[in-house]
Amino acid sequence: MSDEIENKSGYQTQSSETMNEYSGAAVGDVDYVRPAEIPEQDLYHGHTFLTKWVFCQDAKVIGVQYFLTAVFTGIVGLILSWLMRLQLGFPELAGFMTAEHYYQFVTMHGMIMVVYFLTALFLGGFGNYLIPLMVGARDMVFPYVNMLSFWMFFVAVAVLMASFFVPGGPTGSGWTLYPPQAILDGTPGSGAGILLMLISLSLFVIGFTMGGLNYLITILQARTRGMTLMRMPLTVWGIFTATVLAMLAFPALLVSSIMMTLDKVLGTSFFMPTILKAGEVLEYGGGSPILFQHLFWFFGHPEVYIVALPAFGIVSDLISVHARKNIFGYRMMVWAIVGIGALSFFVWAHHMYVSGMNPWFGFFFASTTLIIAVPTAMKVYNWILTLWRGNIRINTVMLWCLGFIVTFVNGGITGIFLGNVSVDVPLSDTYFVVAHFHMVMGIAPLMVIMGAVYHWFPLVAGRMLHEGLGKWHFWITFLGAYSIYFPMHYLGFIGVPRRYFEMYDSPYMTSGVGLNEFISLAAFIVGAAQFILIYNIIKTLKTGKPAGKNPWKANSLEWHTSTVPPEHGNFGERLPVVHRWAYDYSVPGAKEDFMPQTTPPSEVSNTEVEKT
Amino acid sequence: MHAGIIFLLVIVGSILFHIFTPWYWTDIASNWQGMDDTITLTFWVGGGVFVAVCLFMVYCVFKFSYKEGRTVEYKPEDKKLERILTWATTLGVAALLAPGLIIWNQYVNVPKNALEVDVMAWQWGWQYRLPGEDGKLGTTKVININDDNPFGINPNDPFGQDDVIIQSDVLNMETDRPIKILLRSVDVLHNWYVPQFRAKMDAVPGTITFYWFEPNKVGEYEVLCAEYCGVGHYAMRGSVIVQSKQDYNSWLNEQETFSELVAKQNKLKIEENKIAKKINLNLN
Repeated sequence: MSDEIENKSGYQTQSSETMNEYSGAAVGDVDYVRPAEIPEQDLYHGHTFLTKWVFCQDAKVIGVQYFLTAVFTGIVGLILSWLMRLQLGFPELAGFMTAEHYYQFVTMHGMIMVVYFLTALFLGGFGNYLIPLMVGARDMVFPYVNMLSFWMFFVAVAVLMASFFVPGGPTGSGWTLYPPQAILDGTPGSGAGILLMLISLSLFVIGFTMGGLNYLITILQARTRGMTLMRMPLTVWGIFTATVLAMLAFPALLVSSIMMTLDKVLGTSFFMPTILKAGEVLEYGGGSPILFQHLFWFFGHPEVYIVALPAFGIVSDLISVHARKNIFGYRMMVWAIVGIGALSFFVWAHHMYVSGMNPWFGFFFASTTLIIAVPTAMKVYNWILTLWRGNIRINTVMLWCLGFIVTFVNGGITGIFLGNVSVDVPLSDTYFVVAHFHMVMGIAPLMVIMGAVYHWFPLVAGRMLHEGLGKWHFWITFLGAYSIYFPMHYLGFIGVPRRYFEMYDSPYMTSGVGLNEFISLAAFIVGAAQFILIYNIIKTLKTGKPAGKNPWKANSLEWHTSTVPPEHGNFGERLPVVHRWAYDYSVPGAKEDFMPQTTPPSEVSNTEVEKT
Repeated sequence: MHAGIIFLLVIVGSILFHIFTPWYWTDIASNWQGMDDTITLTFWVGGGVFVAVCLFMVYCVFKFSYKEGRTVEYKPEDKKLERILTWATTLGVAALLAPGLIIWNQYVNVPKNALEVDVMAWQWGWQYRLPGEDGKLGTTKVININDDNPFGINPNDPFGQDDVIIQSDVLNMETDRPIKILLRSVDVLHNWYVPQFRAKMDAVPGTITFYWFEPNKVGEYEVLCAEYCGVGHYAMRGSVIVQSKQDYNSWLNEQETFSELVAKQNKLKIEENKIAKKINLNLN
C-alpha cells in the first residue's frame, strides 16, 4: 500500500457551478438537471500488481473476484451433486460411497449453492460490477471496505473448503444444520466439520455486511445527477432490495451460528433439551430445537428472495433490451420488488408446518405465503406483457430469459402447493420439495445468471461470446434441467422422502428406479454442458469478435462509459447526466429504437416519450 | 422459430407427462382425502396458469420475433389491465387458500374419541405405547429411561401402570378409529410418516407434538422417518398393520402392560439374586 493517494483521482474535482455549465442548461430549461450537491469522491488507483488485481479497490475488479470465487464454489457444488446423483441413480457404481459421505455431500452441496454460490454471485458479483456503473458513480462509496468484503468472503470459502480435510470430514447435518443432530455423534462431521461450517458462515456474514453497506449507500447517496430512484434500472432495484433483506436477515444466521457454536464448544443449551444418547443422559437441558429453526428460517426465507430479487431485476432488464420494448409497468415492478421483500419477513415458518411448532401458526403463515404470490405473479405478467408487441431478438440472452420464465412459473406454482399448509403436510420432506426449490431458486436464477453472463460479457471483456456455442449451452441446460426437476415432483407424490441414502426395496421406490436413473443421467449431462460456457469464455477471450461500444443498443449507463471495458472511475472526465428512465426503447418518432438515459429532452422533442 | 417450437413441445410434454405418468400417489388409506382433493384443485388452477403463461410467451416468440423496422408498441403502463390482473390473481389465490385452511383446521383439531398413541423415537428406531383400561397415558421423562423402564414412565403415575407397551417398530391399529399420534424423541428430530396416511409431524426432543388420522383400509404399511436424523436416517423404518376390530383386539390382548413388565423384571431380579446366592453358598 505504498502508492500515494491521488486526491484528484485523475479527474477534475468539479464544483457545482462548473457542472451546470456541462449540462448546458439553465433553470427552467427542458434539459435542466439539478447540480451536484457534493464534490466527486477521491479514488485510490493501484499501481502494483498487488493493489491493481489482488487487493484492488475497484468495484469492477472486486465484482469479477467475487464472481470467479463463487463460480469455483459452484463447480465444487456441481461435482458434489454428480456424486449424489450417482448414488441415487446407480448405487452399484457408487460402491465407494458410504452413508456418511452421501450426507456430507448433500449438506455441502446445499450450503455452497445457496450461500457461497448464488448469494455471492448475485450480490458480490453482479452487485459490485453493475451498481456503480448503472447509477452513474465512479465506484462504491467505501472502496477499501469493499475490498475487505471480498477478502473476508475469500477466507470464509477457504474455511469452508478446509472442512473437507479435517478429521471426520465436513458436516453432514443437512444444509439447515438442525440441532440437536448437527452437533451430536450420530451425524457425520459433528466435530471439526460443523465448527468450521459455523465459523465460515459467521465470516461470510461479516464480509457480506461490509459489501452490503456499500451497495446500499452507493445506491442511496452516489447516484449521478438526474438518476432519481424511479429512473433506476430494475437490476439496481432488485439488488438494492435484496441487500436490505440481507442486512436484516443475516444477523439471525449469525446469532444462531454463534449460539450453536457455544452449545458445541462450551456446553450451553440454547438449542439442546435433555437428551439420552446410547443410554447416557447428556449434560444438556432446557434448550429448544425449534428456536433454532425459527432463527434459521427467519434468515432462510428472506435468503430465497436475496437470490430471487436480483434475478427478477436482471431478467427485467435483459427482456426489455432484447425485446426492444420498455419494461411493462415499471412502477408496478418496483413496488412488487419492494413488497415481496417486505413480505418475505413474514412467511418464514412455512418451512416449519410439520416441525412441531404451535399448529395455529399454520393459518397465519399460509395466508402470508399465498399473499406473496400476488406481487410475484404480477412480475411474471409484466415480463410476458413486455414481450407482447415487442421486436424480440431470439438470441442466447433472450433464450435464457424465456427459460427463466418457464422454470420460474413452474417452480412458483409448486410453491403454492407447499405454501398452502395442509397441502404441504403430505408433500413436505419428500422429493416434491427438492424438485420445487431446485426449479424455483436453483434453475430459474441460474437461467438469469447465464443470460446476464452472455449479456454483460461484452462489457466486461470487450468481446462477444460465440452465439452458436451459447445456444447449445442453453438448450442442453434448459431441456436437461427441466427433465431433471419436472419428473422429480412425481417421486414426491409417491411419497419418496428426501435425504435417503438408499431406499432398499420400499414399495414407494421400486416403481421409481427407472425415473431415478433417468434423472441422474440428465444431471450428468447438464453438469457437463456448463463446460461449454467455460470453453466459450476462454475461446472468446482469445479470438472473440470485438464488441465495440454498446453492442446490444441498450439505454442504461453501463453501456455508455468512456471506454469498453470501462476503466477505473468508469466515466472518463465527466459523470453522465441522466434525463430519463432506462427503458425508452422503440419510442414512436425516434430515429433509433433506443434512447440512452443521457439523451436530453431537447434532442428528442419530436418524439412521443411518455415516461421519463 | 425453432425456439418457439421447442418451448411449445416442452409445455405439451409436461401436460402429457402429467396425464400418463405411472408415478403418482400411493392409494390413500386414511381420512385425509381432502388433502388430495386440494392438491388436485391446485393442479388444475396452477397448471392452467402455467400453461396459459407459457403459451402466451410462445405466441409472442412466434409473432414478434425480430424484424428490422417492425412497429413496436410503446406503452409504459396500463393501469386498468394491471388492476384486472391483480384482482384476478388475488381471487385465484384466495380460492386455493380457503380449502387449504379448512383442512388444516381439521388437522389441528383432534376428535374427542381418538385413541392416543405414544410414539417414541430415537437414533434409530421406534417403539409405541397405548393407554390401558383407564384410557390415559402415564406421564414420562427422559431421565427415567433405563433397561427396566424403556419408556421412561413416571413410576409414581397411576395412569402409567396399565399402559400397553410395544417394544417393537410394528404398530397395530384398527380401521375407522381416529388415532392421535403423540410424538416424542429422546435425542434428535424425527418424523413418523406413513405415505398412505398423508399426515406427518416432527418428533422434537424436549416436547410432545401430535397429529391425527383415521386409517380406513386394512393392510400393512411402511413407516418412514421423514426428518433428517443423522447417518441412520434412511434405515429408520417401521411398519403399521391396520386390521379389523376383532383382529386388533386379539393382538392387543397379547401385549404386555407396564406393571406386567415391572413385575416380570422384579421376578427376574429375584431369580437372579437367588441364583447368585446359590452360587455364593456353593462357593462357600
